[in-house]
Amino acid sequence: MSLFLIAALPFLGAVFPALLIRAGRNACSWSAGLTTALALVGVLLHAPAVMRGEVIQARADWLPGLGLNANFFMDGLGMLFAILILGIGLLIIIYARNYLSREDPMGNFYAYLLLFQGAMVGIVLSDNILLLVIFWELTSLSSFLLIGYWRHLPEGRQGARMALAVTGAGGLALIGGVLLLGHIAGSYDLTVILQQKDVVQESPLYLTALILILLGCFTKSAQFPFHFWLPHAMAAPTPVSAYLHSATMVKAGLFLMARLWPVLAGTPEWFYIVATAGLITMVLGAVIALFKDDLKALLAFSTVSHLGLITMLLGFGTTAAATAAVFHIINHATFKAALFMTAGIVDHEAHTRDIKRLGGLRKLMPVTFLLATLAALSMAGIPPLNGFLSKEMMLEEASHTYWLDNHWLIPVMVTIGALFSAAYSFRYVVHTFLGPVRDDYPHRPHDPGAGMWLSPAILVALVVAIGLFPQAIAGPLVHTVADAVTGQQLDHHKLKLWHGVTPALYMSAIAVIGGAILLAMHRPMDRAWIAAPRPEAKAIFDRLVGALTALCRGVTDRLHDGALGRYAAIFLAVMLVLGGYAYATGTTIGATRSGMPVTLLPLIGWICLIGSTICVVWFHRNRLLTLVLIGVVGLVVSLSFNYFSAPDLALTQLSVEVVTIILMLLALNFMPKTTPAESSGGRKLRDAVLSVGGGLGVGGLIYALLRGDSAFPSISAFHLENSYKGGGGDNVVNVILVDFRGFDTFGEIIVLGIAAVVIYAITEAVMQTGVRAKLLNRVPDQPVAGDAHPMMMVVVTRVMMPVALMVAAYIFFRGHNQPGGGFIAGLIAAIAIIMQYMASGYGWATERQRYPYHAIIGSGVLVAAATGMGAWLNDLPFLTSAFGYIYPPGLEKFEWATAALFDLGVFLAVVGAVLLALDSLSRYAWKPHTDTPYPMDINPARDEALAEEGRKA
Amino acid sequence: MSHWIILPIVLPALLAPFILMVIRHHLDLQRIFSVAGTVLLVAITGGLMAHAATGEITVYELGDWPAPFGIVLVLDRLSGLMIAMTAVLALMVLMYAIWSGWDNRGRHFHALFQFQLMGVLGAFLTGDAFNLFVFFEVLLIASYGLMIHGGGGRRLRAGTQYVVYNLVGSTLFLFALGTIYATTGTLNMADLAVKAAEMPADQTALLRVGAVLLLLVFCVKAAVLPLHFWLPASYANAPAPVAALFAIMTKVGAYSILRVYTLVFGPDLELTQGLIGEWLVIAALLTVVVGMVGILGSAYIGRMVAFATIGSTGTLLIAISLFTGEATAAAIYYMIHSTFAAAMMFLVADLIIERRGDTISARPPMTHGGVISILFFIAAIAMAGMPPLSGFIGKLLVLNASRGADHAVAIWAVILITSLVAIIGLARAGSLVFWKAHDTGTKDLPSPEGTPDEPPEADTPSPARLPMVPVFALAGILVALTVFAGPVMTYAEAVSGQLYTPSDYIDAVLNRSPE
Repeated sequence: MSLFLIAALPFLGAVFPALLIRAGRNACSWSAGLTTALALVGVLLHAPAVMRGEVIQARADWLPGLGLNANFFMDGLGMLFAILILGIGLLIIIYARNYLSREDPMGNFYAYLLLFQGAMVGIVLSDNILLLVIFWELTSLSSFLLIGYWRHLPEGRQGARMALAVTGAGGLALIGGVLLLGHIAGSYDLTVILQQKDVVQESPLYLTALILILLGCFTKSAQFPFHFWLPHAMAAPTPVSAYLHSATMVKAGLFLMARLWPVLAGTPEWFYIVATAGLITMVLGAVIALFKDDLKALLAFSTVSHLGLITMLLGFGTTAAATAAVFHIINHATFKAALFMTAGIVDHEAHTRDIKRLGGLRKLMPVTFLLATLAALSMAGIPPLNGFLSKEMMLEEASHTYWLDNHWLIPVMVTIGALFSAAYSFRYVVHTFLGPVRDDYPHRPHDPGAGMWLSPAILVALVVAIGLFPQAIAGPLVHTVADAVTGQQLDHHKLKLWHGVTPALYMSAIAVIGGAILLAMHRPMDRAWIAAPRPEAKAIFDRLVGALTALCRGVTDRLHDGALGRYAAIFLAVMLVLGGYAYATGTTIGATRSGMPVTLLPLIGWICLIGSTICVVWFHRNRLLTLVLIGVVGLVVSLSFNYFSAPDLALTQLSVEVVTIILMLLALNFMPKTTPAESSGGRKLRDAVLSVGGGLGVGGLIYALLRGDSAFPSISAFHLENSYKGGGGDNVVNVILVDFRGFDTFGEIIVLGIAAVVIYAITEAVMQTGVRAKLLNRVPDQPVAGDAHPMMMVVVTRVMMPVALMVAAYIFFRGHNQPGGGFIAGLIAAIAIIMQYMASGYGWATERQRYPYHAIIGSGVLVAAATGMGAWLNDLPFLTSAFGYIYPPGLEKFEWATAALFDLGVFLAVVGAVLLALDSLSRYAWKPHTDTPYPMDINPARDEALAEEGRKA
Repeated sequence: MSHWIILPIVLPALLAPFILMVIRHHLDLQRIFSVAGTVLLVAITGGLMAHAATGEITVYELGDWPAPFGIVLVLDRLSGLMIAMTAVLALMVLMYAIWSGWDNRGRHFHALFQFQLMGVLGAFLTGDAFNLFVFFEVLLIASYGLMIHGGGGRRLRAGTQYVVYNLVGSTLFLFALGTIYATTGTLNMADLAVKAAEMPADQTALLRVGAVLLLLVFCVKAAVLPLHFWLPASYANAPAPVAALFAIMTKVGAYSILRVYTLVFGPDLELTQGLIGEWLVIAALLTVVVGMVGILGSAYIGRMVAFATIGSTGTLLIAISLFTGEATAAAIYYMIHSTFAAAMMFLVADLIIERRGDTISARPPMTHGGVISILFFIAAIAMAGMPPLSGFIGKLLVLNASRGADHAVAIWAVILITSLVAIIGLARAGSLVFWKAHDTGTKDLPSPEGTPDEPPEADTPSPARLPMVPVFALAGILVALTVFAGPVMTYAEAVSGQLYTPSDYIDAVLNRSPE
């Protein structure tokens, strides 16, 4: 079976349970079990070849540019782990079918479990370390889902988050480490990297890469000081604990250390980091385990301890130690998974895992007792079980390992570790199963059906069988794997039960006897342990995460508190600093143009400009006055455009000023007349400094630009030259607007149209809220004029209307050759209509408005676009203009140009946009049933007619 | 003469006024036309991208005026990719808006939506600096309209900040353009590239100012620290489909930086030495930090996603700021990922908010909680850059490309450590929103009706499932982006290669025969 298929099967299998849950719980578990079994068969089919020392490979390019490829290989190590993962996985699936209750969503469970299984298989079969990292992180994610499976339990949720945070952090470090390692070795393929021992170990980046990779391994395999997450992950359902947190996932770290052993091991750095961490973990875990009352917590810390043991062996860096490590991986997986399952059975039956509430189960649950005892004795290192064998090998290795030239440290420490290990193993059996039968179990326990004890029974059978016939059953496998781990062909000693009287045997004996004594003294020691102060990992972790969250929230909320003034201040400061820096580090040849003489007119304009600006600052609380003053500024700007021979600009600016001031007056109508004083002194100072700085900066920039010449001829020369020839107009500004850069204008009229539509949409939105009622009921803070629609004004605006429209038409048509054009004309026409609104009121004017403004805007844009597309008929680009002359009889020649049509679009869009904006703003003040059908309030004719009627009546 | 290249701009520009004029009172018709138009856009832009993929640079001279005197549109690999991405994203978002009924909560959604597309597509296609400004205006004002779609106090307030801040940015854009035009006498980007290279060494100061001000403008659009302040509140309060569409808006800024600072002020240009990448990389690093910290520091889902967007943009900007071929290719890949991932995240957030309100805290279980939790999980993995989705690959590419950079250690440390913060933040949010709902203590809490942050409408029965379809489609895109990472990277490398041989672009635009 292809390795691709083996790696993919669990993922495919994950889909079935999620979908099949509606077909029943059995369909769910069968589909999960069968895919796992199929994958296992696939692995086993390769076993003979692998045992012969062959390496099975499957390669496919994924992202060759990065070196990330879907390359898989299976050697002894990969095969061992694949068998462990799939084999134990199968047992767990069977076990979980009976363990989970009806309320638990089983579809999710199996889907997550197979997702995890697939990720694990991926890790152990990956040839590409980047691919390996992907699977690695997937195990963290799926384990997050599995630990939090009982989502209604806070322990589950918190445990899941803690596990994800710790293993996630390690995973990120691993990413860094792997990228470095791949860089050093020149490839991300393990088969290549494993040949590069010297290159890697001599690299200056070796230590960094090593530390980063080890961070990943240590967090995953719960090594000190990252061991704390594992016990909290035990909030998961027991099948998950047995599978992930004893047999497989936590071994991923060990796997990676074993995998990279040939390149990374053998240096002092490796020894001191790995062996020391392993040693500490081993002892610490064993000590804590003894004092845990929760069966699963006890097993969890014992797992931590055993992982430490294996890590230490890998850290020794010798081939014999590596072989011992491999053997212990196999043994630990068998007895520990079995133990977890027995713990699960006890929990399931007695409804408690608290060892202090248990005891005497021997008679009630004889099968479970037998399985648990055998597995626990193996864990304690009692012959002739498999745990004894590998522990013996470990002690043997430890007995002649020096730590900083100290001959005693490691042997003594491991003996202490083994001693505690024996003690908690005994305790697991003695305190749970032995002793008198109690009558206060939360639930009367008895042995479960075969569905639940079958899985641990199979494992225990292995425990015994390997213990009795190590060489026959595990020997070849251990040797193949050890060869794969070390990357050498080793001379293997046969695995034997009896090695003769060696130091290891003494140490073993001390451990077992000491362990028994320790258990006898458990009660007083337990009291002392409980009384002793000790750091609680969860509390520390919670505080840390809490502090981090609070810090993040503080920073985030403080930084983004919605103070627009500060945001703008930062903006301005950045602009000034960077702009100033860019200028200061550049070169300049200074002014190349002479300044113009100051004459009276510009001086007056200048004084008006500066004066009104200062007044705006001074009187800015009075909003109406401010608006007037801004109007002055706008006027001076218009005049200065005119002064600098830009009549088009001046005209545009002038009409824009008029329209905006009217719109703003209208808006001001609904707002308070004064701005409240809100700024503190410091803020005023900040704003003053920044605005003065900004003003000087911009002013200086403009001055510098005005006084210097462009280094290159400007494109405007072309425009001047081609305006008449190519664009058919004398007014270059207009030709630029409608022809050279007509596309810009096209965009800008759309901007204008959108702006009006947006104003309309806001109005609609606001009118549907309570704001409308507030506006309707507001009491004006100033006396309202008695004559809302004065006769004089009505009459004048009516007279002005045709005149204004005529002016607009005139401006429009002259535009192409003289100052004017559609934009200005549109503004003027809009003003003519606005005057009618002002004179006779919104209701009256709206009634006479036959064309909806939306449509006018739309038609404007469409006309402009259609004009542009007309060019396509001649197969010319969008907006290509054409013009010509016609000679009407009796009249002078008349120019036509498509640009005029485009300008018409501009005209319509501007009219529509301005009026839609005005219309929207007016509606805020409009009250229903207040309209009069008359254009003005006082109308002598109407009064006379009324009087006439009265007389008649 | 092929007119295809202008269609992505003209089509929405025709559709929007048509909707305004003729069918503004008929929601169904608007939907039909809007969807049809967007589907057409997908087809057209797809075709254009395929055309650009050959490596040919297509130039369209508007008004038949030769560059640099008129305005040109330019289609190269980068702009082809951007427009195609925009159209696909737009279609997803539009379907979501229609199926979730968001388009009916205010006026003129579809018209503004099309205008917005026109602005974005125009910005990607134009080869003229001032025209770029115009399209920035179009997309700014349209996005403002979309942002406050549906109204509501908080949304209007956030909208005001958004538009004010961005108008300040527009003003700066004008200053920058004025400076650049005054010193070089041209606005066409290809011509600018020629002029910038030929700028006499004794008068660089003013053009340097112009270049740096322009960078700031684009940084505002891309939401790079410390010019990102407009983003969190506006994205968090914008209607979800709009926020999802805005995923492309920060990319407009990123695109502009890529375009202008490879073409006009390229990394080898003597004129702008010490001005661009040196600042940008630091700002981008800070952006990542603030974004990722914000994920953990947000009390509301919408706000959290907004910060995730900032973080993601920051990562993108790190890659861009290195200005090497390899890093730019990584940036292109990451940009595609970031756009779709952020969009998906916003839509998922909306599915959640519609059902249970905006706060990240325990509330009773919501309808469809199971499916939504899967979607959230996928989106969160993508956003945090966890395997196996494209975020991880993108991150690997960025890390790999920054190996030799000046700030390599800082870049690696920031990206990896902030990822952890993001993971913690997203795990926390997911756990509180999806898991804690089932806690016995939470089940009995009052239902979220009438919560102050997002009052659900009284007469809506249970929310529809249909809006999940485009969200799944987005997830599908992310998966495809992962599976086909190889081919996508090949295209990204081709894009990058084209960007770093600007002479091809310049020759094509200025109609010079290649030397």
